[in-house]
Amino acid sequence: MATPKEMLTTWDEVQFGAVLPAFEDPEHKKRSKFHSYNYTVADWRVEKPVFNRELCIDCDFCWVSCPDSCFLVEEVLNKRGKKQAKIVGINYNLCKGCAVCVEVCPTPIKSLLMFPEYMDNEEALKQWPKKD
Amino acid sequence: MALKYELKQKEVWDGNMAAAHALRQAQVDVVAAYPITPSTPIVQNYSQFLADGYVDGEFVMVESEHSAMSACVGAAAAGGRVATATSSQGYALMVEVLYQASGMRLPIVMTVVNRALASPLNIHGDHSDMYLGRDAGWIHLVANNPQEAYDLTLCAFRIGEDERVRLPVTTNQDGFLVSHTAQVVEPLQDEDAYKFVGEYKAKNPMLDTKNPVTYGAQTEEEWHFEHKANQHKALMESPKVVKEVFDEFEKLTGRKYNLVESYKIEDADVALVLMGSAYETAILAVDKAREEGIKVGLVMPRMFRPFPYNELAEKLKNVKAIAALDRSAPMGTTGALYNETAGALMANGYGDKIITNYIYGLGGRDTTVEHILEVIRETNENAKAGKRVTDLQGFINLRGPKLSFN
Repeated sequence: MATPKEMLTTWDEVQFGAVLPAFEDPEHKKRSKFHSYNYTVADWRVEKPVFNRELCIDCDFCWVSCPDSCFLVEEVLNKRGKKQAKIVGINYNLCKGCAVCVEVCPTPIKSLLMFPEYMDNEEALKQWPKKD
Repeated sequence: MALKYELKQKEVWDGNMAAAHALRQAQVDVVAAYPITPSTPIVQNYSQFLADGYVDGEFVMVESEHSAMSACVGAAAAGGRVATATSSQGYALMVEVLYQASGMRLPIVMTVVNRALASPLNIHGDHSDMYLGRDAGWIHLVANNPQEAYDLTLCAFRIGEDERVRLPVTTNQDGFLVSHTAQVVEPLQDEDAYKFVGEYKAKNPMLDTKNPVTYGAQTEEEWHFEHKANQHKALMESPKVVKEVFDEFEKLTGRKYNLVESYKIEDADVALVLMGSAYETAILAVDKAREEGIKVGLVMPRMFRPFPYNELAEKLKNVKAIAALDRSAPMGTTGALYNETAGALMANGYGDKIITNYIYGLGGRDTTVEHILEVIRETNENAKAGKRVTDLQGFINLRGPKLSFN
C-alpha cells in the first residue's frame, strides 16, 4: 500500500480516534506526517492520464479540479506580461487515475486522455486523435 | 445565560421528563434529533426548555435519525457537548453513524427509550434496539426507573467525556414502563448537577481553524486493526471510570450504582439475570419465592457494554442454577444475556452452573410477579436436581401451546 513504512505505528500509538492533524506546528505551518500532501494513492491507478502539451491552452481547469494536486505547473509570463500558470506535466506519484482532468479539459481535441498504465507516454502521444 | 429552573426536592416525573431535565442541566451545546415514540417527550420537553430560555444550546431539526446522529457527530467533532434521543426504528436508522461516533471517539450522550423493532410494527418496550447497538462501540447504561434514568444520564456525560474514555454513551430505559410512568424523582439543583457534570473539554475540535484536522480518515488493512484495537481498549478499561463516577455520584446524592446490581444474591441457590424495569418486578417475585422457601437472588448488569463479565461471574459464583431473561427476540439462538452470562461463568471457571434462557416481554407484553415466580420455581427444579431438567429456552406469558427449545 501507499503508506510509507516509517509512518506505520502500533495500536498503542495510533492517532486518537483516527483524527489526523494537518500540521505538526500550526504556527509555522509545518506539515504533519498525516498531511494529505504526504499520502499517495497512485497505486489505485489502473489507467493513467497522459498530457499533450501541444493542444493545451493553459486554462488550468485540470489543475483546479485534480483531487490529488497532480498537475505540475511553471510560472510564466503571458503575451500581456502577466503571470500565468503553465501546465507542464503530471506527477504520477500522486495521480490515482480518476480521469476528472480528462472530463474537464475543454480543448476541441482533449489535451488530456486516459491510456493503459503500461503504455509509454511517447507511444500514447503518437496515438492521439487527429483533426479530420 | 440560561435561566435557572426551579426544582423541588421531590418532583413527579416520568422517565422521559427525567432524561430531558438531565440534558438541560448538563447544558448541552447541540441537540439534533428526529423524535420517535416513546422517546419523543425527551426532545419535546428539551425544546420547550430551550424555547422558555432554560437552555443556551442549539436544537437542530433534521429529516431522519440518520441525519440526527450525523449532525451530532458533526457538532461533537466541531467541539461541543452533544446529546440526542431515540428509540427502535430510529435507533436502527442511526446504526451506521453510531459506529462513526465511537470510532471518532466523540462522547455523545444518547438517551434511548427501548422499544421493539418492526415488523410487525410495535411502539412498546423491549430491548431489541439496545441489542442492535451492542457492537457499535458505545457504552450502554441501563436504567430501571425515572430516578435512574435521570441519574445515569448525568453520569453518562461524566463517563463519556472522561479523557481516559472519550466514547459515546447511551442511557436505556424501557419504553412506556419507565418512559411514561410518573414516579417521584429527587433531582439535583441545576448548579449542583452542572458542577457534577463539569465543563466540557473539547478534544481536537474542528472549529479550531488554526489547527485543521481530518475526521473520518480512511484506514485500510495496514491501519484499521490498530485503530479498532485501540478503541476496544478504551471501552474495555472504561468500567474503572464508570466506578469512579458512580462513587462520586453516591457521595453527592447517596444513591449507589454498581457495575452489577444484585438483590439477595449472597445466600442464593437460584439466580435470575435480567435488565430493565422487569428487575423491579423480579424483586417482588424474589421476596415471594423466599416466603416459599426458595433461596433466590437477582443480578443485573448495569452496563450492557462494556459487559462486566468478571463482576457478574463473581456475583453468581455460589449459586447452583441460573435463568437469564432476555427481552428481545433471540432470532436463531439463545438470548444475548444468556450468552454473556454463560461466557462470563465459563471464563471464570464456573462452568458447572446450570443455566437456562427465558424470553419475555416482547413488544411490551406484560411480565408480572407471577410470571417471574414461575421462572424461579422452574429454575429451582434445576437447582434441586443438580442438572438441567427444564428446557433450555422458554417463553414467558406467550399465548398458545408451550414453546421451548433444547
